[in-house]
Amino acid sequence: MEHIRMPKVENVRLVDRSSSRRIKVGTLYLTATHTIFVGKGSEDRCELWVLHSLVCNVVKHKASQSGYPLLIHCKNFQVMQFIISQESDCHNVYISLSRLSRPEKYEELYCFSFNPNVDKAEREHSWDFLDLKAEYSRMGLPNKLWHVTPINREYRVCDTYPADLFVPQSVTLPVIIGSSKFRSRGRFPTLSYYCKENHATICRSSQPLSGFSARCLEDEQMLQAIMKSNPGSRFMYVVDTRPKLNAMANRAAGKGYENEDNYCNIKFQFIGIENIHVMRNSQQKLIEVSALRSPSMGEFLMGLENSDWLRHIKSIMEAGIFISKAVAEEGVNVLVHCSDGWDRTAQVCSVASVLLDPYYRTLKGLMVLIEKDWVSFGHKFSHRCGHLDGEAKEVSPVIDQFLDCLWQLMEQFPCYFEYNEKFLINIHNHIYSCHYGNFICNSQKERKDLCIKEKTHSIWPHLWENKLDFMNPLFKPDQSQNQGLLRPRTAPYCFKYWRRLYNRFDRELHPRQSELDCLMTVKEETQQLEEDLALCEQKLAVLDKERAKTLYMQKGVLESKQALWSLPLDTSLANTPQDYIGGFIGGAPNVFTLQQGERESAELCLFGDKPKSSDADNSDQESGVADFSSHSSGEESLPSEDSVKDPDSDETGPNRA
Amino acid sequence: MELSEHIKTANVEDVTLRRPFHPALRGTLCVTSHHLLFSDRKDEASWQLLILLKNIDAIEKSVENLFGYPRAMGSSGTITIKCKDLLVLQLEIPGMEECLNIASSIEALSSLESVTEMYPFFYRPSHLTLNGPWGLSSTEQYYKQTERLWDRWRVSTVNSDYSVCPSYPSAVIVPREVDDDKLIRSARFRQGGRFPVLSYCHHRNGMVIMRSSQPLTGANKKRCKEDELLLQAVIDGSELGYIIDLRSAQQAQQARMTGGGFESKSFYSHWKRIHRHHERGKIVQESLIKLVEACSDPSHSVDRWLSKLENSKWLSHVHSALSTAGLVVECVERDGHSVLVHGSEGTDNTLLVSSLAQLILDPASRTVTGFLCLLEREWIQAGHPFQQRCAHSAYSHARLKQECPIFLLLLDCVWQVWRQFPLALEFSEALLLRLAQEVYASNYGTFLCNSEQERCAAGVKENTHCLFQSLLRPDIEEQYLNPLYEPTDLAIWPSVHPQSLQLWTGLFLRWTEYAQNMEEAREEVWSIVKEHHEQAGPDRTNNTLSTHCDTLTPFENLMDELTIL
Repeated sequence: MEHIRMPKVENVRLVDRSSSRRIKVGTLYLTATHTIFVGKGSEDRCELWVLHSLVCNVVKHKASQSGYPLLIHCKNFQVMQFIISQESDCHNVYISLSRLSRPEKYEELYCFSFNPNVDKAEREHSWDFLDLKAEYSRMGLPNKLWHVTPINREYRVCDTYPADLFVPQSVTLPVIIGSSKFRSRGRFPTLSYYCKENHATICRSSQPLSGFSARCLEDEQMLQAIMKSNPGSRFMYVVDTRPKLNAMANRAAGKGYENEDNYCNIKFQFIGIENIHVMRNSQQKLIEVSALRSPSMGEFLMGLENSDWLRHIKSIMEAGIFISKAVAEEGVNVLVHCSDGWDRTAQVCSVASVLLDPYYRTLKGLMVLIEKDWVSFGHKFSHRCGHLDGEAKEVSPVIDQFLDCLWQLMEQFPCYFEYNEKFLINIHNHIYSCHYGNFICNSQKERKDLCIKEKTHSIWPHLWENKLDFMNPLFKPDQSQNQGLLRPRTAPYCFKYWRRLYNRFDRELHPRQSELDCLMTVKEETQQLEEDLALCEQKLAVLDKERAKTLYMQKGVLESKQALWSLPLDTSLANTPQDYIGGFIGGAPNVFTLQQGERESAELCLFGDKPKSSDADNSDQESGVADFSSHSSGEESLPSEDSVKDPDSDETGPNRA
Repeated sequence: MELSEHIKTANVEDVTLRRPFHPALRGTLCVTSHHLLFSDRKDEASWQLLILLKNIDAIEKSVENLFGYPRAMGSSGTITIKCKDLLVLQLEIPGMEECLNIASSIEALSSLESVTEMYPFFYRPSHLTLNGPWGLSSTEQYYKQTERLWDRWRVSTVNSDYSVCPSYPSAVIVPREVDDDKLIRSARFRQGGRFPVLSYCHHRNGMVIMRSSQPLTGANKKRCKEDELLLQAVIDGSELGYIIDLRSAQQAQQARMTGGGFESKSFYSHWKRIHRHHERGKIVQESLIKLVEACSDPSHSVDRWLSKLENSKWLSHVHSALSTAGLVVECVERDGHSVLVHGSEGTDNTLLVSSLAQLILDPASRTVTGFLCLLEREWIQAGHPFQQRCAHSAYSHARLKQECPIFLLLLDCVWQVWRQFPLALEFSEALLLRLAQEVYASNYGTFLCNSEQERCAAGVKENTHCLFQSLLRPDIEEQYLNPLYEPTDLAIWPSVHPQSLQLWTGLFLRWTEYAQNMEEAREEVWSIVKEHHEQAGPDRTNNTLSTHCDTLTPFENLMDELTIL
């Protein structure tokens, strides 16, 4: 609280970015955890809650006639523009927010103060929702080939790895320790995914400390053991996800990559995914493009191209495809690494797993996958997401890219994913929001030291409770199982700009009606009817037995038939328009009043529609004004019409209005 | 010259057919006057591929051993056939003479110029008769249906012999107070005689969309009293009207040098003119060519693809068409003013904008019938020169003459609207795809010729079948329905932000594997909806469930009573 210089500012204007004509006046509050804007006026009261931890940066703009603009950019791509009338107020808010959005200690993060109405037992239980042991046993582990090594129980061999790690049965402790000493940060080769059907595995590690000529017998034995753990194959792939040049440069620093001559039966492969700094810059450019106000088609496409974002997504996808094919089609083990083995390696392993295993295309499966490949294997969430004030160069949208890859897959395979894009967007939001403890810290060890499980809540049960919102109505579970390996196309036109994520808060950009929401409703309704029918039939069966006894009583009851007819089954109403039309016309559901903490800012709308039932099109019409009059290319950007001067009367032409 | 004289080799055996994503097939190739027929004769239930020769846009031949070898030994040629519906096929033909013969027959027969030689004049399926009704609507019918018009508007038959405006239909709707003489004078003042006529009357406020061609003001700023009166009559004195000129102000100014021009403020004082630049003609055709070229090479890098997509400018045309249509709708629906739309000739972008505006405004034009009626009134009867515009498509090497895929652009824009309002249109993407195909090559006479007058002269109505009638047959129509259709009375305002507009993959990537997964999704949508109908539909309700309830309720009551007892 000591950072809040100004808890409340009156008469603040909130500007809608899509149309500067739409402005809300209200009061801005700064609390310890949120920035809150409450619009004046009882009719279209709007409330806007933004978590400090979601704030990416705060910018003061040059004073305009109407006051002092303050721009707040969020990590979930929301941008808010406030105009504050007093310069001192603006400055105070700016200073306060700048500090509040850059916490210095973990304890300042929202997850430590977030306290929903659940008791201790329930909170602890929330952390048991996902169980990685169960996940490994789902894969069929441990078995006679792979077992858990206790070597890292105290995080002594590798402090960024989880406590439980799978290694081949044949590997001895000295080999593990030797291998870990030969790998960056001690991240020795260990199992990430095991394919029951053909015993092929995906393993992961960091780069070897090979320099120009160093070798390590234990590390070679380790790879040999991994290769041999797959009885069906005579070799294994070692995939270095870095561009060859980067890997070679690392050799000068005593790191590098495996020399094929030193390791028996490996096939070495570079993939060429760029490093975190390139990705950070790429996303920055992408965000700039997405935030352009009324760009021309050309500006948008050129901006998209120049950002290189889709090229990077494609390279990650191709790496995933290579690995998934090696495992599923060739039945060969793959060892994946990059430099430290927590960024590109995590991306590539998890993309490959999604392609390989239909389980990861279900809601629960994706949760498990993120928990396994990202959280437990030490993806540095705190650094990459910038949870704490620190090194800006450590920030990088590595996990954004994984979610983007998933979305691209969902676009290509609309029927093969149980979840929808809302699920991905929600996960994205919570990775950055620090609302729950899952994505805090950089490793399992750090989380243990901070007692995350004791002090915070887990996101997964929360998402699971809302799973109806995240279901894809087109999902065909049976088909998906049969399909097994997904084979995505990688033609350039298969990679698209994810509007729903990057323009998430620009509601006027999104379709006004949702096909999937509508289908979901239809599907739920069908299911309800089926259940009702089953219930009826059940009762009928019971009653049939009773028939003999009750036949004599039938008379007299039949009269009441008409009245009761529609009670158990309201099928006559089921297919009428009002059932579908409700939420779909006129845009997203309007949620303005939110309980603090109950709903994340994901669902906050900058501007609510007017009451949708009366004239749902009202707001659309308004956005339409901005759309059409501000959109045209080049010199014709303003409607030129000759209302003031007759162009014929002078020779300057009609362009002069 | 008889058509059959073009055919030097009618039949070739042992031809290999290659299509994208299908295994190669061997079979017999036949060339007839209007078709290319390939049949795979492995067994009795043979597989056949029938292609209208008119559908063939370009043909490329590569003959091995062109010189030197006698035709006997292993010489063969490959013909690559590129269709107007963007399909590309390869035929490997044994014998180079046959190959060259086939190629030259296809070349000659696919570019017939005489309308009456075209296939619709020979298409005689057993289930259709020529005496049936032709077309879905007419100016008179539209007038009759639109009660709001009766008071101030009338149907004029001043053009009954097509002498006032050769590209207009025989009947048009004009303000009641303007007599035919005035119309004739106004027509003389408009390019091609296309004087302002009513295109749409908004059901909510009675405001209208008019369309015309540019006025012939010329360098000397000529004026035409009757034309001014006509427009004055449209807005009925007191109000204000908008003229949406589909050229930039500069272009409109330049048009005066060649005899064209624009409505000047001093003579049309109640009209506000707004200029919106739209590309036309060759530029749009080249866009299509570039886009299709970009789509046909999947080996590009993402960067190269995006820059080619950008470079094609196709999406920019979609963008401007939708935004101008939005502007028109804004004038009509929000501001409550009437609008006159025109560019130069008034036969291309004008129709594009006015019909899109209607789709956004008018719930009636979002049904299958309504949409087809809209196309019939606003494109076919309104004189879009289909024959000239669709003579060639994206692959042709022929020198461009008057080709321009404005109609394809319309279909793309409609598709964009459907993406944004997936419940608002009664028809599905399949209908748009079918129309995209039919407009270039068809069994039906609907898209033949350039105007009503030409169709009359050629006897199209008497001698061909009507596509729209055929699409509306119940058994056919079902495949073009949108399973999620929920009519809405409101205007459906599309977003025109570049982020909201997408490449129409269904058309441009139609023959790639990418389209197959989408097909699966479409089937799934249908099956979900059908399952729902089975559970909740009227049949089920009335039969199964109600019989259950019938038997159930008395028993249930008895149960209650029993428990009480």
